[in-house]
Amino acid sequence: MIETFTDGLNELARYIIPALIVGIPLYAMAARRVKVYEVFVEGAKDGFTIAVRIIPYLVAILVAVGMFRASGALDVLLNLLAPFLNFIGFPPENLPLALMRPLSGSGSLGLLTDLVNEYGADSMQAKIGATMFGSSETTFYVLAVYFGSVGVLRSRHAVPAGLFADAVGAISAVYLCQWLLG
Amino acid sequence: MLNYIWMGMILISVVVGTFTGRIDQVTQAAIDMAKLSVEIAIGLVGIMALWLGIMKIAEASGLIRIIAKLLRPITIRLFPDVPDDHPAIGSIVLNMSANMLGLGNAATPLGLKAMEELQELNPDKKTASNAMVMFLAINTSSVQLILPATVVALMGVVSADIFITTILATLCSTIAAIVIVKVLENTKWFRLTPAPEDGAGDEASAPVEQGEGDER
Repeated sequence: MIETFTDGLNELARYIIPALIVGIPLYAMAARRVKVYEVFVEGAKDGFTIAVRIIPYLVAILVAVGMFRASGALDVLLNLLAPFLNFIGFPPENLPLALMRPLSGSGSLGLLTDLVNEYGADSMQAKIGATMFGSSETTFYVLAVYFGSVGVLRSRHAVPAGLFADAVGAISAVYLCQWLLG
Repeated sequence: MLNYIWMGMILISVVVGTFTGRIDQVTQAAIDMAKLSVEIAIGLVGIMALWLGIMKIAEASGLIRIIAKLLRPITIRLFPDVPDDHPAIGSIVLNMSANMLGLGNAATPLGLKAMEELQELNPDKKTASNAMVMFLAINTSSVQLILPATVVALMGVVSADIFITTILATLCSTIAAIVIVKVLENTKWFRLTPAPEDGAGDEASAPVEQGEGDER
């Protein structure tokens, strides 16, 4: 039952973008007499400036994340956290992914692929991993891009709040999977 | 805060890299990621232009104002500083909808548009406003209704299993994000001061961050 439901949703999702691309201008032109072509070009002009404006912020964050990953610091962090995680019943196989998720999208997708290859898509480790992946975002990347685009330098509580939400997401992924799929 | 995290990350990387004998990989990663950053940014240009163009039409036709008005009962609680039917609300809602539907490519430009509009309301252009942090936190907690295509491809038929768990986990992290933002925004480390002092807030906030990291 749930399979047909998700299939249906995913099928529907394929039409969302085309529907928006044609629907919004159609409404604007038919109901409000907006000069759609002219207005589109006017808005599209900003695409380049915004993309270029985020480059320094992206370089800063991604270089730091890349160095951190390559140095093996993640393994050190893993060892430090192991006792605490054993205590709360967090499966050690899923920890690298939980730590990687806020740092790097491609890195965490790689770790999820590893889990699926090693334990199989049907395993609890893979299901927890996929839930984690789907329920959180690359916090540092989003922060760099979103704040960078408007030139905000002082992020205040954005990082602690984002990481706290990631931690809650990862832990609830573990318990929800064990509870509902176990 | 980012000053400390950034400095900490690159310092730890070099120190750990030296001990693990992976210093060459660290160097390579720094260079590769610098390159990748520009590729990502330039790769965004076309998609950004497309969605910003469509958004401009949505704005000109009044669609965004309509959406903003409809969802005011919810958004007024999350973003009390943003005035009624301000275009920022419309952009925020559109960005969240795009995220929910797994339309990553469409979500980013809509989110940047929302940030720009929130920046207009921000009295201190270099410091994030309460509304900006709230928006970012909800965004990074990932409001997901449809699974990312990559996960579906990777998990195959099993993806139906994790559909419900993903929605529920997403719900937990989003609620956590909203609560923690509301709690933190008035603490002495993060409170907005009329005349922001450089460094002072950052210094006090560093230990909190470390505590957070340890817990994970």
